[in-house]
Amino acid sequence: MANFFDIRARQAAAATQASSSKQSAPAQDNRLQPWVEKYRPKSLDDVAAQDHTVTILRRTLQSANLPHMLFYGPPGTGKTSTVLALAKQLYGPDLIKTRVLELNASDERGISIVREKVKDFARMQLSNPPAGPAGEEYRRKYPCPPYKIVILDEADSMTQDAQSALRRTMETYSKITRFCLICNYVTRIIDPLASRCSKFRFKSLDEANAGKRLEDIARLENVKLEEGVVDTLLKCSEGDLRKAITFLQSAARLVGAVQASGASEKKRKRAKIEDDEDEDTMDIDGPSDSASKSVTVRSIEEIAGVIPEGTIDSLTTAMQPSKAGTVYGRVSKAVENLVAEGWSATQVVTQLYDRIVLSDETVGDWKKSKVVLCFSETDKRLVDGCDEHLTILDLCMQVAGVLGET
Amino acid sequence: MALLVDKHRPRTLDTLSYHPDLSERLRSLAASGDFPHLLIYGPSGAGKKTRITATLRALYGPGVEKIKIDSRIFQTTSNRKLEFNIVSSNYHLEITPSDVGNYDRVVIQDLLKEVAQTQQVDLAAKQRFKVVVINEADHLTRDAQAALRRTMEKYSPNLRLILLANSTSNIIAPIRSRCLLVRVAAPTEVEIAGVLAKIGKKEGYKNCEPLEQRIAKDSGRNLRRALLMFEAVHAQNDNVSEKTPIPPPDWEALIDVIAKEIVEERTPARILQVRAKLYDLLTHCIPATAVLKTLTFKLMPRIDDSLKADVVKWSAFYEHRIRMGSKVIFHLEAFVAKVMRLYEGNLLGMDIDFDD
Repeated sequence: MANFFDIRARQAAAATQASSSKQSAPAQDNRLQPWVEKYRPKSLDDVAAQDHTVTILRRTLQSANLPHMLFYGPPGTGKTSTVLALAKQLYGPDLIKTRVLELNASDERGISIVREKVKDFARMQLSNPPAGPAGEEYRRKYPCPPYKIVILDEADSMTQDAQSALRRTMETYSKITRFCLICNYVTRIIDPLASRCSKFRFKSLDEANAGKRLEDIARLENVKLEEGVVDTLLKCSEGDLRKAITFLQSAARLVGAVQASGASEKKRKRAKIEDDEDEDTMDIDGPSDSASKSVTVRSIEEIAGVIPEGTIDSLTTAMQPSKAGTVYGRVSKAVENLVAEGWSATQVVTQLYDRIVLSDETVGDWKKSKVVLCFSETDKRLVDGCDEHLTILDLCMQVAGVLGET
Repeated sequence: MALLVDKHRPRTLDTLSYHPDLSERLRSLAASGDFPHLLIYGPSGAGKKTRITATLRALYGPGVEKIKIDSRIFQTTSNRKLEFNIVSSNYHLEITPSDVGNYDRVVIQDLLKEVAQTQQVDLAAKQRFKVVVINEADHLTRDAQAALRRTMEKYSPNLRLILLANSTSNIIAPIRSRCLLVRVAAPTEVEIAGVLAKIGKKEGYKNCEPLEQRIAKDSGRNLRRALLMFEAVHAQNDNVSEKTPIPPPDWEALIDVIAKEIVEERTPARILQVRAKLYDLLTHCIPATAVLKTLTFKLMPRIDDSLKADVVKWSAFYEHRIRMGSKVIFHLEAFVAKVMRLYEGNLLGMDIDFDD
């Protein structure tokens, strides 16, 4: 009963002291912010592992000239981060709102957006830094070159029509506007657009750099990592740093969340009316307490949906050739278990592929090439939305058949 | 009178009977103010929905259980009107966007934006955000999922999503990486038997352990199904014993007959007979893929071991065809014919399967 009253009392306090709760709101938002946003590189120097691109861009900082740009590369390699960092360094906090237009193509695409929003922004007059000595100071810190930047994120999901509508716009307003297209697949950008831009390829992050970044974040967030967690993160995320950071945050949340509930229980036990400030201090206490608990390799794998080695082992043993006739029984049992445990079929396929094709030396090349055919067919079927149980069973039976050949 | 399944559904996280680790984790997530987007996946009958309802209760208190159903009308870009049902309480919404087929993107965009742009009005609410539960998230079209991805980031202060899916295979990677993945495994047979025993005791049924174990085994680790079977057995027999037969669903019995017929005689005339039965199943709205899958597993014990791999192969092949094609009966029939030919070839001791 005590905690019930406590909640009521706190709400009453929150309602009456509307001003104080408003003050605490941004702080809370900051705490809840995804780490991906929180640790986005603030300047070009922070961008990890894209030396070539960064060097060129740094030169533009000095010369105040910028070509149209096309960034391409796999997800999570820092394309958006780089351009945002560049924009920040060019314009500083005051001008960035009026000088940069960021359009995310995944929800607002189509020709009408290009015609209206982009064009309107492109032909807008340049905004200027404040006049007087303050402006001078500002100018010294940030170059503020005389053009605006339009960032078109995920440009490869724009329609062909929308892309062609961009062509003329890019040229007409090139005096005062620069475009930066960001995409995963450069082949999906139509040629006329690609030829107007200078291209920058972002390569997959190497393990050393990505690992260092993850360790930095973990240190800043007071998350204790078990031995090998960073390696697991890198393996699960396949070079995608954003994914790795998200996994890390989820894992930390699970570890830290237990702690937080403990803290709130402690709080409830005190049958006193507490105001928001007190709550904030409690939250700050939280992470330092949670230092006793560390993120384990297993928890990362669970979050990433990776199947434990043991489970895959039992499946591969079931597929090994033995006396004729028993294979189906064993395989079907193993597959049934796998499906009932709720593992995702694509994950099963990926891990089985790694196991059989990439790391099993005992399987001959001829067999491997046959097995690969089965995997390809299975993947296609899964994408088409086929029944997972049947498809996986089929895959396993066929692979077992190939392995059993003499 | 409610079914046993609904009557004894656990309402709070504390009363959930299996996966204690998972319950603990959900509890701590609900207690910490920082509730992430969740993607809950697992086979059907594993208790995904039950866990979500319990988590929502832990988040907002018993107010979540006061639900109402509204019907909303959405307009697509081509001016078609869509009617859409929303189950909602003061604190959460529950939608099944796959109801509207290809237009799910419109519903997702309109509805979520509307929810996300209004803050929680109720000052007494425990959380500042509303929760939207999306059922059958793996049936969402790519467009709808792409529309979700921006919404999830932009409106995260006011809105949390809980996505429910059978598998993560059909969920695009950007969504997966934005959610906390929670896997709900199916209960083991022992756990199912335990649940049945507990409920049987509450209902005052006669205790019969072997029967419970048999039901648990037959249910294929699907708790919902086990409970329905349990109730059916007790409804049909006043006095149950070890040997009381468990009545299978009608459609399964019929598929069993089909499997028997296929193995007995392999002639074009028999295909026609089977065809009539298949049509019977389809007109009773049994999904074609379910028919094919059940048929395959019913055939397995009846055929020679050397044939099993091939039958599975063709079953998977025709299942794919059913998904891609438009008229399901063709593919079902083709599967039947294929199995007959394989069987015949095996009997004659030669391979008459030319198009392999």
